[in-house]
Amino acid sequence: MAYDKFNTLRSSAVPLPIENVDTDQIIPARFLKATERTGFGDNLFRDWRYNPDNSPKPHFVLNNPLYSGKILVGGKNFGSGSSREHAAWAVYDYGFRCVISSFFADIFRNNCLNIGVLPVQVSPEFLQQIFEAIEKDPQTELEVNLPEQTVEIMATGAREPFDINGYKKENMLNGFDDIDYLLNMKAEISDFAAQTPL
Amino acid sequence: MRKTLFDKVWDSHVVRRVENGPDVLFIDRHLVHEVTSPVAFLGLKSRNIPVLYPERTFATADHKTPTRNQQLPVADPLSANQLKALEENAGRHGIPYWGLGHEKNGIVHVIGPENGITLPGATIVCGDSHTSTHGAFGAIAFGIGTSEVEMVLATQCIMQPKPKRMRITIDGKLNQAVTPKDVALFIISSLSTSGATGYFVEYAGEVFENMTMEGRMTVCNLSIEMGARGGMMAPDEKTFAYVKGREFAPKGADWDNAMAYWSTLHTDTDAVFDKELIFDGAAIEPMITYGTNPGMGMGISGAIPSSENAGSGKATYQKSLAYMDFNEGDSMLGKKVDFVFLGSCTNGRIEDFRAFTDLVRGRKKAPHVTAWLVPGSHKVDAAIRSEGLLDVLQEAGFELREPGCSACLAMNDDKIPAGKYAVSTSNRNFEGRQGPGARTLLASPLVAAAAAVTGEVTDPRKLMQTQTIS
Repeated sequence: MAYDKFNTLRSSAVPLPIENVDTDQIIPARFLKATERTGFGDNLFRDWRYNPDNSPKPHFVLNNPLYSGKILVGGKNFGSGSSREHAAWAVYDYGFRCVISSFFADIFRNNCLNIGVLPVQVSPEFLQQIFEAIEKDPQTELEVNLPEQTVEIMATGAREPFDINGYKKENMLNGFDDIDYLLNMKAEISDFAAQTPL
Repeated sequence: MRKTLFDKVWDSHVVRRVENGPDVLFIDRHLVHEVTSPVAFLGLKSRNIPVLYPERTFATADHKTPTRNQQLPVADPLSANQLKALEENAGRHGIPYWGLGHEKNGIVHVIGPENGITLPGATIVCGDSHTSTHGAFGAIAFGIGTSEVEMVLATQCIMQPKPKRMRITIDGKLNQAVTPKDVALFIISSLSTSGATGYFVEYAGEVFENMTMEGRMTVCNLSIEMGARGGMMAPDEKTFAYVKGREFAPKGADWDNAMAYWSTLHTDTDAVFDKELIFDGAAIEPMITYGTNPGMGMGISGAIPSSENAGSGKATYQKSLAYMDFNEGDSMLGKKVDFVFLGSCTNGRIEDFRAFTDLVRGRKKAPHVTAWLVPGSHKVDAAIRSEGLLDVLQEAGFELREPGCSACLAMNDDKIPAGKYAVSTSNRNFEGRQGPGARTLLASPLVAAAAAVTGEVTDPRKLMQTQTIS
């Protein structure tokens, strides 16, 4: 499934300065029962966001009208645990297009890249600067520039480069996915399969 | 050039190296379950393409299946709908499907090895992070997301950057009541849940060599909980003996050819790892977790560490203990336990039921404890009965449920109520993992058994020393 192109994103950001945010928190297992990939945003961070009676928990950041934007900023080791791509779908469906953290779990990072959400890994120090900037002004803007591979805190001008492999970068810029690539090498794959016993 | 076990298997499956990008990796066998596959099949439909190699694909229902009355229609309409979708998708694409009640049905990571789908030197993926289990056979096995499930269905390949190599060596003799689960929880507590992120782990040393295949599966299963993409062990005579004769394992001349390849699957002397860790097996005691990630574990006789050791994660650490309603410095021994869960892809195999049964033999379940004993598969269930374990369990006041993932992730009705404490042999103690508000203490089948009969967190060694009552 091709996805949105990503070039440069300038937006305010939602801070979640908690470490080891696992995918069970991003979307609890009991909400994985759909057979389509839409609608998961309503249950993003469900049990941190809502009480058991479905009333919003006022102190959770997604329920605080001061914070909004297309960028989610999370603590170290974001997206650990279950491989459920539903976690990335929930992040996307809620409206985020980019997640910034000082460290990502592998599978969550891949899942994001595969659906057009850009995971941006920054240094722990820069992450702290971002959290401080948002704390000072909740509407402060960040700019994520994929062609240049930089993220900038607009208010302070502080900027840091980030890594992404060249192949994935092209995909994100153009909205291509891996399946398009793989389908184009079918003959090579069937030759390989023929030499590979079951 | 000297190669690691991981390099040998990975490199032999690379179809193409993408410049400045990932490797295109050929996947020998693909396991599919109901939760992470429907959207992938939907993708095939929208592209109007078939499953490329249905004979390399195997489907089972496990994540949200009920563990009682499986002969009846599934009550939850959403779950029923997802199960129906898998059955239809498998049927449409010619994929073997082992649904509810099928003799080969069970948790995907239990039935793979049981049926000879899991082989040394193979690449195996599944839309489930505990796919790392299959590394116990010397396979490269890892969990993938749904977009990747679609890739493998469509092309039998996946695009992955090659992980770095880590070796974890543990020699020495394990102490009494220290099981493979304890070894794994010990490693995770030493490394943290992100300590092996970016790596593929090889486990080496006499502790792992001495383990049964079931024990090796438990260790490899938990590789993901330290952030590793997967973990693997070199296959040996135990591995080959386990695989031989199983339905989907090679036979006759194919077996001989396979053995010729499998016997090369070990790390060459002097091969280089990006990171090496060495632990002493004799230093490990039965483990238990006290927090909300699997890295928050300790020896069962220890005290909950101070948040001062948590560094920048202090606030997160305190939030975690608040969720558990525990305090820094607390001993875990003697804490009241409401539920006990024996099962999951981590500890739902016959050996786990043997260990649990041995400890409860001649004792009685504590009256206030609710115990859910859930076999990993119908084959495990059959073995529990044929070995006479069921009689012992029933005598002690336990009942056996039907196979599935059950309370490990509580997608079915097996949910631990809010605020209650469960000693679980599963793999994750995340907030709400076993039900909203549930509090999970991860441990081995022996620690679970000790909790089940005493009603509190108990050192199993204490019961093993006095085990003469009948």
